[in-house]
Amino acid sequence: MISIEEVKRDIENKFPGTVLTVEGTSLVIPRASWRDIASFLKNDPSYALDYLSSVTGVDYKEYFEVVYHFFSVAKKEGPITVKVRTARSEAKIPSVTPIWRSAEFQEREAYDLLGIQFEGHPDLRRILMWEGFQFHPLRKDYVQENQDRPVEQF
Amino acid sequence: MEYELKESPTLDTQALEVSLGPQHPSTHGVFRMNVKLDGETIVQLKPVMGYLHRNHEKLAENMSWLGSMPYTDRLDYICSMTNNFAYALAVEKLAGLEVPERAQYVRVIMAELTRLVNHTLLVGFLLNDLGAFFTPVLYAFREREKILDLFEAVAGSRMMCNYFRFGGVKIDVTDDFIPQVKQIIRRYPKFLDEFETLLSENEILMARCQKVGILPRELAINAGVSGPMLRASGVPYDIRKVDHYSIYDRFPFRVPIGEAGDVYDRYYVRILEMRESIKILEQAVREIPAGPTISPVGLTGAKSPRNFKPPKGDAYGRIEAPKGELGFYVVSDGSAKPYRYHVRAPSFINLTILEDMCLGYKVADAIIILGSIDIVLGEVDR
Repeated sequence: MISIEEVKRDIENKFPGTVLTVEGTSLVIPRASWRDIASFLKNDPSYALDYLSSVTGVDYKEYFEVVYHFFSVAKKEGPITVKVRTARSEAKIPSVTPIWRSAEFQEREAYDLLGIQFEGHPDLRRILMWEGFQFHPLRKDYVQENQDRPVEQF
Repeated sequence: MEYELKESPTLDTQALEVSLGPQHPSTHGVFRMNVKLDGETIVQLKPVMGYLHRNHEKLAENMSWLGSMPYTDRLDYICSMTNNFAYALAVEKLAGLEVPERAQYVRVIMAELTRLVNHTLLVGFLLNDLGAFFTPVLYAFREREKILDLFEAVAGSRMMCNYFRFGGVKIDVTDDFIPQVKQIIRRYPKFLDEFETLLSENEILMARCQKVGILPRELAINAGVSGPMLRASGVPYDIRKVDHYSIYDRFPFRVPIGEAGDVYDRYYVRILEMRESIKILEQAVREIPAGPTISPVGLTGAKSPRNFKPPKGDAYGRIEAPKGELGFYVVSDGSAKPYRYHVRAPSFINLTILEDMCLGYKVADAIIILGSIDIVLGEVDR
């Protein structure tokens, strides 16, 4: 199993001009080059990340972060954690559903609950909440019914 | 996938749209399939879910870390022990907690007993979907009840166990627990033999299940399918073997895989997995040491959950739950509540390829294909 630092160096060599950062055990990839790097990670035999286990979003108030957990079934390795960030006002991330089908429902869920738009998703609809629901409940500024704490302002 | 209606010069043909569910016994809960039919052949299938949605993840953000442990029971309400296990594992990873030896063994025993419960029940309900109404289910319930009695003795509840704590388990097992598990181990293979005599080579079961709902190996991996579904498609991938979480690397067991990836393989892989679980149980009850069942830090955390504050950071813990890969992604901001809490539910993601498996088959086949995925709506909708 190669370390996350090596993965970072390898990607930066393959894609000159992109700057990645390592935070803990995860790799933060700039949004603009995410789709190219994603197909590289899947197809390159030294990684062979064929199994996208989990996709989810986190609302960090200043920005949204989408977290991917990759494993390799072929090499029985993993995880490689990838984080992609987007500004809160924009909330757009390239979809990886064309590369990994497992993202299909999970991206719909992140769109539904956090309001992150996944560009290039074949069927981006709400999945758990009903059509016509106005809000995104997992956002930190969502006001719940019978909420007993003050509404967060930011 | 596109499907073209067969035109007939003498008949006016058109596709028929039917909503299967949400109130239908074959959907195992409130799940809906919007299907488009050509005669009885499925042309298009769109799953609709969310009827049981209660935003489990938001609920967890508003309570202490330990506070959502009982809520995890309600995800997959048939296997509450393994849900607890995955959540405890994720938080232990985040907080860096150690688990005492005896607790590890108790956890493994509980997880494998849960696997027996789940697979037995699945086989029963799959036969229900096939039209063998309630005879196999009642055999399955008879055996399941014996295991649930054990859960009740140690955890106080048959189904909503809430038994795991960060750094161990709530309470040590009762004195007669191990002898009773030994009895189950002794009797279970006989029950499985009996079950198999009735089912495995049953002509109707074979005719209905073989070559139905085939899931190719590549698609299974690409679509993130996990658990017995993935292994039935011929991928030897078991998280117990790959991640070596808890103490699973101490137990020799085999990973059964299927060949064709059809409904029959999914049925049979589960039967074989139960036999492997019994092997693990046999060894675990033989080797279980004496000692504490929760670490001192874990005990403090369990006694005052509001003072349990994992350090800042995030962690992803996953286990091989009976239905597939159950993962918890937890983010801490250093406070007493999770900043973010995400459940990677196997039933939910295994539904991604439902349409691909059903296209071109009849409505009656779609019912058993859904049954063979093994979904629990508490987990799909969260």
